[in-house]
Amino acid sequence: MLKTPETSGPAAPTHFLALDGIRKTYPGVVALERFSMRVAPGEVIGLVGENGAGKSTLMKILGGIVAPDQGTITVDGAAHDRLTVGTSMQAGIAFVHQELNLFDNLDVAANVFLGREPLKGGPLRLIDRAALREACAPFLKQVGANFSADAPVASLSLAQQQMVEIAKALSMQARLVILDEPTSSLPVAETDKLLSVIAALRAAGISVIFISHRLHEIERAADRVLVMRDGALVGELGKDEISHDAMVKLMIGRALKARDALTPAAAPGPVALSARGIRTPAHPRRSVDLDLRRGEILGLAGLVGSGRTELARALFGIDRRLGGTVALDGRPLALSTATDAVANGIFLVPEDRKATGILLDLPIAQNISLPDLPRHARRYLVSPRSEAETAEMQKKNLGIKAPSVATLTGTLSGGNQQKVVLGKWLAMKPKVMILDEPTRGIDIGAKAEIYALMRSLADAGVAVLMISSDMEEVIGVSDRIAVMHEGHISGFLDRDDFSQENVLLLAVGKPAGNEAGKGAGATVPAA
Amino acid sequence: MSKKDLGLLILILVVGVVVAAINPRFLLPINLANTSNLIGLFGILSIGQAFVIITGGIELSVGSLVALLGVLFIDLIATRGMAWPVALPLIIVLGGVIGLAHGWLIARLRLQPFVVTLCGLLIYRGVARFYTKDGTAGFAFGQSFPDLEFLTAGRFHGVPNSFIALIVIAAIMWVVLHRSVFGRYLYAIGKNEEAAKYSGIHTGRVVIAAYVICGVLTALSAIYFAMYTRSISPASHGQFYELYAIAAAVLGGFSLRGGEGSLIGAVLGTVLLQELQNLVNLLGIPSSLNFAVMGGVILIGVLIDQQWSAFRAQRLVAEAARQPQ
Repeated sequence: MLKTPETSGPAAPTHFLALDGIRKTYPGVVALERFSMRVAPGEVIGLVGENGAGKSTLMKILGGIVAPDQGTITVDGAAHDRLTVGTSMQAGIAFVHQELNLFDNLDVAANVFLGREPLKGGPLRLIDRAALREACAPFLKQVGANFSADAPVASLSLAQQQMVEIAKALSMQARLVILDEPTSSLPVAETDKLLSVIAALRAAGISVIFISHRLHEIERAADRVLVMRDGALVGELGKDEISHDAMVKLMIGRALKARDALTPAAAPGPVALSARGIRTPAHPRRSVDLDLRRGEILGLAGLVGSGRTELARALFGIDRRLGGTVALDGRPLALSTATDAVANGIFLVPEDRKATGILLDLPIAQNISLPDLPRHARRYLVSPRSEAETAEMQKKNLGIKAPSVATLTGTLSGGNQQKVVLGKWLAMKPKVMILDEPTRGIDIGAKAEIYALMRSLADAGVAVLMISSDMEEVIGVSDRIAVMHEGHISGFLDRDDFSQENVLLLAVGKPAGNEAGKGAGATVPAA
Repeated sequence: MSKKDLGLLILILVVGVVVAAINPRFLLPINLANTSNLIGLFGILSIGQAFVIITGGIELSVGSLVALLGVLFIDLIATRGMAWPVALPLIIVLGGVIGLAHGWLIARLRLQPFVVTLCGLLIYRGVARFYTKDGTAGFAFGQSFPDLEFLTAGRFHGVPNSFIALIVIAAIMWVVLHRSVFGRYLYAIGKNEEAAKYSGIHTGRVVIAAYVICGVLTALSAIYFAMYTRSISPASHGQFYELYAIAAAVLGGFSLRGGEGSLIGAVLGTVLLQELQNLVNLLGIPSSLNFAVMGGVILIGVLIDQQWSAFRAQRLVAEAARQPQ
């Protein structure tokens, strides 16, 4: 099953791209070591590896942002020591990044042709809008877009925005499209759309490098999978060898038994958080009723835009809700600000870690102490020692990998940053933990740790609400699943009714199949 | 003291030595006392401004407030016969109320700090001129307030009391900014207001408090300025003072994006600015070049600082890359 990667021999002309013996070091670390790969025209290559395996460095080399220390890059038969941003672009290498680089104040066509707009003649160099739209249309068709060239980008879903990025790549005569974690923020239905776009690219003879932590998608999309670990290629899987377990094994160098830790220790306790008739600005006419019991992990599934994040924000008091009541342990709460929620032990691990979860420029210790600062202070003056002690404890318990608690949080990897977010709440005795996409962009090892942590929280009597677009995660981790559709809960599923199909049906607003009927509305009648 | 502050201090000393070498009058007690008096007056303004800048905001109405509050103070004690121990707290409370209004508009109604305080700049200047009918507010001949004059314009063992006031205020505000819970909140909000809100902090209240502090310190300094000049023509008094305060904070290492800077930096920034003013006078540089010299020095200072941070950021990345993932 395991082939040793080729490390020698000139690139056969049948390859669009060939990398040979690439080495790249940064002060003190080897980011890439003797890395070689081939990409044939029309081939879809899955590239997997934990964070820090060297994928980003590889992408930066292909994009011409950094130069390798050694090795050759052969593009379309021409050998280079390094690529520049210009040569990479001219050769037809295009990137679609996890964080999209679109201008959401412009329309689709303006984004696709940004900097290359067709102009009307004359000294004013006015943009020829009609020609612009016309030129854009064929590329949109090629990616199977169901929106028009003059739609504002702000009105598009994430998957549609990715289509715009891909259309932009096509308009630049791309021959290799590199998709960096394109699905990490997409729900299942949208992911399917993206996978069909990949298939269309392949059919047109365009190569694709598909980087993802979501191995099931790699399984479905890739012709060949390259697995990286510690800067080196550790394995290559042919089409018929690709499997979830094989990839995981190669990625972490051992078999992963993530699910073992996930059986609940006891039956769930009484209702901790009870929400009735919650309405949010996103869906002002629909309302949510939800009971969250102590000791359970309730998975909240649904499509992007179904109102899950808005519900979480309302329950945390960040957004004012339009209506409805929230009670904790039977006591009604005002919850008009996040301060109320925090004071009552309702904590949120937000979706966008960097923008709202932590302060990247503050040390770990100051991030962890921030919500509980008065407790670390005597007569209004902060005690750095008390902060450091608490942070050290969280660092040890959560296994945060950092030289010290004085390390700036921004220098940590995604998984460790997420642990800092968790640490600040765990230091405060949570009653209700709401986690919004807790493992987004986090490598598989850290994911398993976060799952185990959620379970141990639940076992300690905390009520856990986990929002996730990752179907594997929702089904694997939850004790019960609530599915949202257009601002209300379309159904609850108990463990016996867990299936991808049931979650999907509820997510698009249809009743769940077979016995799942009893699941829908098992706890409260569906609104 | 951070490395940045230390660098600024060294720069101040080097400039001082050079100026003293060229013109020994720099070190005359009378010159030092005059300069430190001005440092005291502008320093109090800069500290107030620093509290606003740290939140990522800006306070442009400072100069106009110095004129308006100064005019009111002199009017209250000189022509309306109010006892100064009553008038002084009244003016300070008024400064705080104006700060509260700015903070409320910015934090609650989500107006941009630049817009709110720019309107303030125009409004207070206009009101000040209207209040005196564009005349000059001042004391009548022979009118004197010995205690007040001693506290504001007097000297203690040769040291201007305004400078001593600055040292006391700076010490208190240093503790507030660098050691207190409130100070930590200010930094957190300046770095990332959303994340601070998600940590359960009442970010609105903290921002409002920053503007109130700025208003109070501005009012205090307005009284000092009034007692220093003793007569105020509201059309020009305090003009550009907001820019002196902002420049001092920027020189002292504050970022206008918020979340960065130290109190010592703001004070040292003021010291450097006043030293430069003094340099222009003592070295016989045409005083019309005053602003140009200041602008040039600030630009160079910020440039060096920026290059230095970029260099440090690079080192930090290299260090982070060295750590095991």
